[in-house]
Amino acid sequence: MSAAAHAAKLGISHVLLEKTDHLSDTIYKYQKGKHVMATPSQLVLRAGGGLQFEAGKRETILGIWDEMTAAAKVNVKLNAEIKSIAGTGDPIPGSIQKTTTRNRDGTTVVKELQRLAPPYKLVTTSGEEIIADTIILAIGTQGNPNLLGCPGAQQPHIQYQLDDPAAYNDEHIFVFGGGDAGIENALGLAADAAQGNIVTLMNRGAEFSTAKDANVKALLAARDAGRINVMTETQPRAIEDEWVVLDTRDGEVRARCNRLIARIGSAPPRGFVEACGVEFASNDRLAFPKLSAVFESTAPGIFIVGALAGYPLIKHCMNQGHDVVEFINGNTELKPADEPILEAKFKGLPAGKSVSDWLEYLRSNVGILDGMSALQMREFMLDSEARAYRAGEVIFERNAPGSSLFGVADGQVLVEINPNDPSITVPIGKGEIFGEVGLISGRRRGATIRAGSDCVLVEISRSAALKLMSAVPAASREVTRITTLRSLLQIFKSGLGADDLTDVVASARIETIRAGQTIIKEGETGDDIYIIRSGSMVVEKTIGGKPVFLSYVPAGSYVGEMAVINGDARSATVRAAVKSDVIKLEGESFRSLLANKPELMARVRDDMASRIQHNAFIESKKDSFGGVVDMYSGVANFLVDNGIGEATDVLLIDEKLCVGCDNCEKACADSHDGLSRLDREAGRTYAHLHVPTSCRHCEHPHCMADCPPNAIHRGPTGEVYIDDTCIGCGNCQRNCPYGVIRMDKVPPKKPWLLNWLLFGQGPGPGEPSKKWSYKNAKKGVETPKKAVKCDMCTGQSGGPACVRACPTGAAIRVSPEQFLSVALLDRGAE
Amino acid sequence: MAGQAAGNANRKASGKAIVRAPREITHEGFLTHRRSRWLKIALFLSALAIAVYIFTDPQPRANGGSVAGYALGTIGALLIVWLSLIGLRKRIITSKPYSLKGWTSAHVYLGLSLIVIGTLHTGFQLGWNVHSAAYVLMMIVILSGIYGIIVYGRLPGKLSANRQEATQPQMLEAIRALDRQLDTAAQPLGKDEADLVRVSLEQTDIGGNLWQRLTGQQPNCGTAKARDAIQALVNQQMRTVKPDPRLTQILFLLERKSAALAQARRHIRMKTQLEIWLYLHVPATFALLAALIAHILSVFLYW
Repeated sequence: MSAAAHAAKLGISHVLLEKTDHLSDTIYKYQKGKHVMATPSQLVLRAGGGLQFEAGKRETILGIWDEMTAAAKVNVKLNAEIKSIAGTGDPIPGSIQKTTTRNRDGTTVVKELQRLAPPYKLVTTSGEEIIADTIILAIGTQGNPNLLGCPGAQQPHIQYQLDDPAAYNDEHIFVFGGGDAGIENALGLAADAAQGNIVTLMNRGAEFSTAKDANVKALLAARDAGRINVMTETQPRAIEDEWVVLDTRDGEVRARCNRLIARIGSAPPRGFVEACGVEFASNDRLAFPKLSAVFESTAPGIFIVGALAGYPLIKHCMNQGHDVVEFINGNTELKPADEPILEAKFKGLPAGKSVSDWLEYLRSNVGILDGMSALQMREFMLDSEARAYRAGEVIFERNAPGSSLFGVADGQVLVEINPNDPSITVPIGKGEIFGEVGLISGRRRGATIRAGSDCVLVEISRSAALKLMSAVPAASREVTRITTLRSLLQIFKSGLGADDLTDVVASARIETIRAGQTIIKEGETGDDIYIIRSGSMVVEKTIGGKPVFLSYVPAGSYVGEMAVINGDARSATVRAAVKSDVIKLEGESFRSLLANKPELMARVRDDMASRIQHNAFIESKKDSFGGVVDMYSGVANFLVDNGIGEATDVLLIDEKLCVGCDNCEKACADSHDGLSRLDREAGRTYAHLHVPTSCRHCEHPHCMADCPPNAIHRGPTGEVYIDDTCIGCGNCQRNCPYGVIRMDKVPPKKPWLLNWLLFGQGPGPGEPSKKWSYKNAKKGVETPKKAVKCDMCTGQSGGPACVRACPTGAAIRVSPEQFLSVALLDRGAE
Repeated sequence: MAGQAAGNANRKASGKAIVRAPREITHEGFLTHRRSRWLKIALFLSALAIAVYIFTDPQPRANGGSVAGYALGTIGALLIVWLSLIGLRKRIITSKPYSLKGWTSAHVYLGLSLIVIGTLHTGFQLGWNVHSAAYVLMMIVILSGIYGIIVYGRLPGKLSANRQEATQPQMLEAIRALDRQLDTAAQPLGKDEADLVRVSLEQTDIGGNLWQRLTGQQPNCGTAKARDAIQALVNQQMRTVKPDPRLTQILFLLERKSAALAQARRHIRMKTQLEIWLYLHVPATFALLAALIAHILSVFLYW
């Protein structure tokens, strides 16, 4: 419509074909009263023909647009659904399109189509024919929703669209999908309390990465007001009559459900588009058409804009409509609206190329970006960085925290595989990626990587990488394949090369394990090996009828090797401490690998021997000091139940030593602007071991999931901290499952300590009382409430102040793998 | 947002791994800090002092004014000043590495060694003078400190067990919640019975005076009185008819309140015991410092 309006303004002959009997069908189909948003906000609107677009209600926008299209004298043809588009000119030499259709049984059929030059003949379903030189396809992807794949998906109470939220009353409604459509449906259904609907929104991930910010905020506000239940990391497992069975982070849940609305995206109407001569980027079901930077498809004269091109936001569609007409009209100089933002990103790079050249350069040189269209590349780059490194420069060091992914666009980088000898390196060449372990597991970098030659890298932030993986399945598969391969190489080392692992990697499957779910059961047969990608596991063995905790296995380790080597039944049970991802390798292929690689065999045997020794040690203790081992098991399980499995650094208080002086809290307040970030007394306790309310610096921090100004980061010592850009919205506080974030204002400065000691001035050490703060606040200066949390005392060389200031040694800060070790046995022995 | 992201990326771009300060990974109490390093040092110091005392034979008799006496006196005075500085160390939170636990450990053992050093410095000559006053004050400080070590060793585990994961504000809130329930439950009762409930609501002191805090005993607790009176009423009714369900409900609430009070009072008792000795230890230290100055000045000015 934007294109047609602009064409009308430029006086170009045009016709706007609309399938239905009204304009703007996509918005028309929105729920009544839906608030339509105009994101991204930093992008300028260039709508054609003077069309305006501001965030507002559906009805208002439709009204304005109808008026404006009429005013611009746009030539509109309603009820004109196009059945086919075909060229009427001469065959274009060498331009033969191959389309591959995959049948249900897995076989594929390849059809060939000779492209014909424009003008094109369009045939409508009513038989009318229209001849056009150029066609702008702006048909979007609606009408092809992705369907649920779980058992019971045929049930009649499942729907993929919601027309009028006011039509349902007194129902238990589940909305599945954390994108904009799902959130808006859920909000619409819950908007009027008088309807009596109990609405639950489920999202497969922990974060709402694809939804607009304002929608997410509205959703969280509705949740806090108790109008909507939100379940993250949840998906339907089976659907029954009136009931639904859900897979949640903490296990399986069965709930009442009268209606399930699935809004899990949609795929482009590919068959029709392909028949027009438009080629897609890949054979993947979710791939987008191949487009030039001016939105022209592989069929000359056919332009594609909007959601079908990979860009679903209204503002972009309108800009693109405008831009395409400008291009067709011969204006080749026009730059897209986001040009200045991207220009700034490429400034630091050598060899001044234009923005579009850089984008194409990155896309064609970095393997995982290949499936993206030029348009997606633009959006992608907004969240990523391109950098040049000189040969020898360090890109990141071993043990540095970081969750971004790097792609090599030019040159090569070297991985130092032996921390003791930096001269032993493995190269990663042009087109490949690195840093994927940090991205997936949330743990520190496994090796130092430096530039092997002058190189150009693209650093993809975690959020951009997650978006890329959800939008381009091929990239997701590639990242998965490389993570699998690299984890194997990193774990087993022993001179293995990528070629040795082809079979093993081919047999590998990624599985997501719920908290508490068992992957290996003691006594069962099975010889699969599991590598933990993210999360963590606990190993238990039944001794004397009781499960005894043997060890804690963090991400980046493997379990299950014993059965492969000795062929016995499983000797212990392994279950997930938190929701985890594992790579499952088939025992058979691993065994043949072992047979070929004696070095690897020796290494795995070494690992196995030390594990057996560890287990035997605990078992022997069990025989002689049963109580000690019971205590050890109990404490370990207590910690795992309290979420230690996802922590990187946790404050633990031994209540046999703690005299309750609260000097830890005072020290915390005095070293951080007068606000304490820990509550010593609150929290769970088991056998005198107390887990106070204090940040654990999770591997994948829940607080980071939804921070509008992106103010939460992981610092260089692994601490998760909030910077000054915090806007005090409280999302992180709500998202933290451990309640360790508080919203408060910084109190006024206290008089010097000696003034208190000698003359009694001020409130003394520790956090001042609210009353004192209020009385001594600067008049007329409003201090905002901001999010406050533990920063692990970064920048203080002495380490955490709470630990330093404990007079009795009750407080320590440890990582779970340090604490959940044999040293814990000594606790029980006391 | 993009600009923001760029800024953040620049800050994180270093990719540097900063090694953090080494930390302890198990709980080690202040008494056994670093394999009881300070115990060994204190024992060595005491043994040395005893050896010096035995092997020097000053005339006419052992005395603070002999060479050995001066040496012991100097060491003792310096120790006293250093030991009293823990009060500052505890409160000044600096960013450099230090361990308050290490300080406590040294404080405890070196403080105990003062018994030997100080006593030997006197040469066992005590009288009614400013010199002996300093010695007596020092012993008061040390004895109160010994009490402190004992309660620090014994009470924390019991305190933790008694808390049952509840914080002190939660305990008090639980009692207030029971009070609100009692108030509601007492509304339909007659005046005499309601007055009994009022005794519990108005005459229950959770902490009480210092003695009550220290012992946890409150013989005049309104809740105990009310509970006994209502228990008697219920018993009386039981002999004749079925007891009034409103009264049994009140009795049940009073029982719960008594249990909650007992828990809170045990908590307060232990907290008080953990703190009370400091109210002797610290003022006595200031008095000791004053007496020490008087002792040293008088020795040098009036000898």
